[in-house]
Amino acid sequence: MVTFKIARFDSDKDKEPRFQTYEVPDEKEMSVLEALFYIVENLDGSLAFRYSCRGAVCGSCAMRINGQNRLACQTLIKKLGSTTITISPLPHLPVQKDLMVDMESFFAKYEKIKPYLINNDPIPDKEFKQSFKERAEIDEMINCILCGNCYSACTMAATNSDYLGPAALTKAYRFYADSRDTAKAERLRIIDGEDGAFRCHTLFNCAEVCPKNIVPTYSIQKLKGAACFK
Amino acid sequence: MGISYKHQIIVVGAGLAGLRAALEAKAAGLDVAVISRVQPVRSHSIAAQGGINAALGNAEGGRDDNWEKHTFDTVKGSDYLADQDAVEIMTKEAPGIVYEMEHWGCPFSRTAEGLIAQRPFGGAEFPRTCYASDITGHALLHTMYERSVKEEIKVYEEYLLLSIVKNADSCAGVIALNIKNGEIEAFEADAVIMATGGCGRIYNKSTNALINTGSGMAAVYLTAGVPLKDLEFVQFHPTSLYGTNILITEGARGEGGYLYNCKGERFVKELAPRDIVARSIQTEINEGRGYDNAYVLLDLRHLGKKKIIERLPGIRDICIHFAGIDPIDAPIPIQPGQHYSMGGIDTDAKGATSRPGLYAAGECACVSVHGGNRLGGNSLLDTIVFGKLSGRFASEYVKTKKKSGQGQALSLHLQEIKSKIHRLENSTGKEKPTDVRNQLKETLTENAGIFREKSKLQKGLAKVKELKERYKNIHIQNKNKKFNLDLVRNLELEGKLELAEVIVAGALNREESRGSHFRTDFPERNDEKWLKHTIASFVNGTVKIGYKPVTITQFKPQARTY
Repeated sequence: MVTFKIARFDSDKDKEPRFQTYEVPDEKEMSVLEALFYIVENLDGSLAFRYSCRGAVCGSCAMRINGQNRLACQTLIKKLGSTTITISPLPHLPVQKDLMVDMESFFAKYEKIKPYLINNDPIPDKEFKQSFKERAEIDEMINCILCGNCYSACTMAATNSDYLGPAALTKAYRFYADSRDTAKAERLRIIDGEDGAFRCHTLFNCAEVCPKNIVPTYSIQKLKGAACFK
Repeated sequence: MGISYKHQIIVVGAGLAGLRAALEAKAAGLDVAVISRVQPVRSHSIAAQGGINAALGNAEGGRDDNWEKHTFDTVKGSDYLADQDAVEIMTKEAPGIVYEMEHWGCPFSRTAEGLIAQRPFGGAEFPRTCYASDITGHALLHTMYERSVKEEIKVYEEYLLLSIVKNADSCAGVIALNIKNGEIEAFEADAVIMATGGCGRIYNKSTNALINTGSGMAAVYLTAGVPLKDLEFVQFHPTSLYGTNILITEGARGEGGYLYNCKGERFVKELAPRDIVARSIQTEINEGRGYDNAYVLLDLRHLGKKKIIERLPGIRDICIHFAGIDPIDAPIPIQPGQHYSMGGIDTDAKGATSRPGLYAAGECACVSVHGGNRLGGNSLLDTIVFGKLSGRFASEYVKTKKKSGQGQALSLHLQEIKSKIHRLENSTGKEKPTDVRNQLKETLTENAGIFREKSKLQKGLAKVKELKERYKNIHIQNKNKKFNLDLVRNLELEGKLELAEVIVAGALNREESRGSHFRTDFPERNDEKWLKHTIASFVNGTVKIGYKPVTITQFKPQARTY
């Protein structure tokens, strides 16, 4: 058996979160997400958490597991190497219920950086051409699944509610560095300033928790450089 | 009584088809909004890996590709059950929509000349499948979502569709559960576009996201008086990861991966269409040439580290995290898993259903462009092409439509649904929903899987009917209003049971083998009797099956060999 200590909280009823303990049989190579479903189906139907793909591509099930932000679906119990697993919602975001957090501020910042390709050239009949090398520059950033792990782990985002944060800045760099994008100056204006790239203190907390092995700090440093020498 | 929201068009579902439909309606100048079970990038389109088919002619060996060849491959792949006029529309639109996605920022992989890269996929003789390494669905969905942010498409997130509301001769809107607060809310609309994806989670071993419960298909079937088409055609993907059944893309074989049984033999042409490869793998397993009577091996090692890291990084990641294997060093254990529903809401090539004002696109719909078996790379294409077309034709419909009393129909219906949910929440029944859900999945996998036969299908149908009865006595533990997963999953279960009945009944009736539907007791295709679409309607609490003809334009049915 594995003991799960899970943070429970309903903003309508509770003042403080409390931990509830569940015993889950560890019969096969179970992921934390599967264990949560075991609890909902067999022990406590009132537990709330988000889920969708269960294959680490949709970003729904980000939560704090044994002290680190992870995807529940991608985290196998045996890999945690512990018979007690403590789960709480992503820190520094408002809790809606149990393990679900309100991602509104996260997506508001995502929208702030104009997360779409801007190209004011005439549209060609076929594709915009792009070389291997040009495409390779955004290879890492396009893997972002917008799970919020990095944003929630970032000390600077936690202490400054206006900071764009690692996910939005990575997205900003993804478009800034895209050879097809023609809005470079506008993008640098958006990320310039004390709530933009320069708020990053290169602590690398973001990189440590990314389920896709992205290093947001790289994108942020590139943006800082570009903004300095524009 | 409260109609909560009002828009000219409501799109249900925020995956590729839904967002594309909404963008088209917005471009036509209409007030459109999307309601979705999840935040848009959590939709199942995200999980598509291998690519999207379009006759661009970018790749060596495929320079002279054209829409006619794409049409032929699709029709042959469908085992001649696809409607050829609809396939022609899709293949002609394909290059245009791929270029459009590229212009919107989709980070496709590139050829040495800087063009969109294409790889070989099953059922085509040369590279036609445009890709972004092995995260093509992710790349496309993020691009589509980015475009929807740019165009300020309104999305109501975390709503479960409960019902389509009818007027005498049209569609008045939808009723949905607001998962965030537990309220039942009404959305008034002149037209509704369904884009709710597939129903894979009716089966035990599925590559699908956990949210793919078929709730959209079920709502249309049960409440809109619109039939489902060809639902017995269920695609089993040849290569899902043993253990979790997470998808391992066909692109892995497209890039040159081999399949091996336990004797170290390659036993099938790896790039035959999915129905053929899936049956072949299952046969190896059933006849004792698999491993642990459960899986065979997909070997990528000979591709080399560089190619695997460059072309299949997502697959490598999945193998490392979920199976503890690095495909650079070890073969991947795979088995077939439920993957896609060729069938769905019966629509024409405009996305229109038999009910004026109700449209459908993507996996929840059946146009039919996939017939008895879908080719890999054609589902992403289907979502975007028919998302766009349904958005266009729904907009035209709304612009010419006469107003009728939407509001009244909605408020009456809202009360009915509220009472129904209230009854469900307060049911004193003793039936445990988990048992019903698990037994349903086992029944479908066991009796309506890759190989089917009369006695098993009969057994399966009886079991589904029994489970439908038992569902009437289910007990919901959780009485909370906010984020009540227990309630959401049990509402989804009701729809799953009805769809399961349609699948099994359709499969039992169809006494032939075509595409993914293989009857061991009728192993041949029978065009004389069965070259027709199954049309399943909900009548008096059960499924009523009829048929309608297949449209054939250029390609007369012939023997399907690869």
